Amino acid sequence: MSAETEDAAALAGLDNLEQDTQVKTRPSAGEIGARIWRSAWPKLLAIVLAVAIWEIVYLLNLKPHVVLPGPFQVFPNLWDQLNHTQLWKAIGLTLRQAVEGFALALIVGTVVGLVVARVPPVRAAVGSLITGLQTIPSVVWIPFAIILFGNNSTAILFMVIITAAPSIANGLIAGVDLTPPLLLRAGKTMGLRRFELYRSLVLPAALPSFVSGLKQGWAFAWHGLLAGELLVIVPNLASIGVLLVSDQDQTDMTGVIAIMIVILVLGVLVDVLFNTLNESLRRRRGLAQAPSTAKGWRLATGIAR
Amino acid sequence: MTTEQQSALNGHAPPATAAPAAGTEVAVAIDDVTKVFGRGSSRLVALDGVSLSVAPGEFVCLIGASGCGKSTLLSLVAGLEEPTAGTVSTGGRRVAFMFQEPALFPWLTAVQNVELPLRANGVGRPERRRRALELLDSVHLSGFAGKRPHELSGGMRQRVALARALAQDADVLLMDEPFGALDAMTRDLLHELLEGIWRRQGFSVLFVTHEVREAVRLGDRVVLLSSRPGRVLEEFDVHGERPRGLESGDTVQRALEIKARLNEEVMRHVS
Ligand SMILES: Nc1ncnc2c1ncn2[C@@H]1O[C@H](COP(=O)(O)OP(=O)(O)OP(=O)(O)O)[C@@H](O)[C@H]1O
Ligand SMILES: [Mg+2]
Repeated sequence: MSAETEDAAALAGLDNLEQDTQVKTRPSAGEIGARIWRSAWPKLLAIVLAVAIWEIVYLLNLKPHVVLPGPFQVFPNLWDQLNHTQLWKAIGLTLRQAVEGFALALIVGTVVGLVVARVPPVRAAVGSLITGLQTIPSVVWIPFAIILFGNNSTAILFMVIITAAPSIANGLIAGVDLTPPLLLRAGKTMGLRRFELYRSLVLPAALPSFVSGLKQGWAFAWHGLLAGELLVIVPNLASIGVLLVSDQDQTDMTGVIAIMIVILVLGVLVDVLFNTLNESLRRRRGLAQAPSTAKGWRLATGIAR
Repeated sequence: MTTEQQSALNGHAPPATAAPAAGTEVAVAIDDVTKVFGRGSSRLVALDGVSLSVAPGEFVCLIGASGCGKSTLLSLVAGLEEPTAGTVSTGGRRVAFMFQEPALFPWLTAVQNVELPLRANGVGRPERRRRALELLDSVHLSGFAGKRPHELSGGMRQRVALARALAQDADVLLMDEPFGALDAMTRDLLHELLEGIWRRQGFSVLFVTHEVREAVRLGDRVVLLSSRPGRVLEEFDVHGERPRGLESGDTVQRALEIKARLNEEVMRHVS
């Protein structure tokens, strides 16, 4: 055996030693079930507790039952509404407005973010303005939107864009700024220039921060959208906000709480979506926090595959 | 002192011989380079009148105390920084840089990382993949092409970084303490790996380390820098057979001499 092949063998031996400790097994269906249960039961418990406290408050008769109904009035009401098309149409309409507005905000925010990150004079001029926009509470935009566009769905779309775009732009700017200097040096010595440097290094490096910006932008857009739906009354368009207002007009607290639960669930579902995206991004880069047990680690990586 | 050690000591080349004879080809020419960082009270002279040349195919090791400007010198050669005074020239040769950290792109797999410089050089996709896999094979990592950096050990990452540097097909390879963070056994193996590739391909290497023994193990020439400001203090020609053992008597002996000189320099700063 020549010295060189001997070295290759020795290296391979070391590599195997290293990799042996990371054996990954595919989780069985039972393991996946156990995992889901582990993450689900604290949440279920929290819901049960919240409902129980609500019922206790209801039974204490602090307020008339019409003004503060208990869970056993609200959930049947919700169930009933879920069996009729009106609520589903409202959900569909609201989500459509959210998605359309968010898509436009995504385009606006990304373009503005890129320009600000790339062009120093633009950054000096509007960099802090973007952060300033983020501090404006979303309802503050409503008079502006109504006067500018009138009582119609364009005003609502505007609400979504103006509230979401600054966060999206800021996420991108922060991500570009946080490109690790060492990687930048490596990229430059590798001959990556201008467009190629952006495509291969700066943008991928900015991705996690961009996704955080998207998540925050979505939260603001959701606020802006519902504020818009509650206050910009568009004729013939029964969105979730409109249902809420009509329940308020009829002093139907049961209906109000039922719709609020729908809003809560929608918000949580989208949040889970963003978290999953974020998590899989981080895991691909080895940034995910190590689960506490070796078994958890294997499960996590096994599922990621 | 034996005659052999005596002759080794006499082998010191005085700094004056650093400049090559007229007409000799030079891969890297560093001429009277000064680098100053900051200004006013925070002004720091990192390098002060450093002259050094590396011949094509030569393996030069740069040693010196921490903070003496070794990394700065490499950055100047790579064109990442501009000298305050003096000139650095590589005569249009391609320069690759390998850092102490692997500096791999964490969102790319090992093979995609190696493909990057090929893409920057406009190599087409199928050819790129083929060459990248070949390079990974040359660092004995063909089985790990699809792994992401965080799934590899430190030594493997550094080998991927070496493959990536080799992918630039450079004439000059700059290495800044590339094996500093590795265990002794992996480092030994990587020394032989690097030496083998270097001997086959014949590029020049400018290799920074603060391990004197590593410098003697690898270098044709060892250049000792002084601290604050950085100057070339002395150059040592290291003749001898390759591969040299890191623990061989010859290596140890030479390293001791150079270390003595380095200590002298450090002690000068204590007083
Ligand atoms: N960008 C910079 N701005 C200001 N000072 C710098 C900069 N880069 C390096 N220096 C200073 O220049 C001096 C030389 O730094 P350099 O990193 O080249 O040292 P080194 O010899 O590589 O040290 P080490 O062995 O610890 O890696 C140090 O005092 C350092 O603080
Ligand atoms: Mg250094």
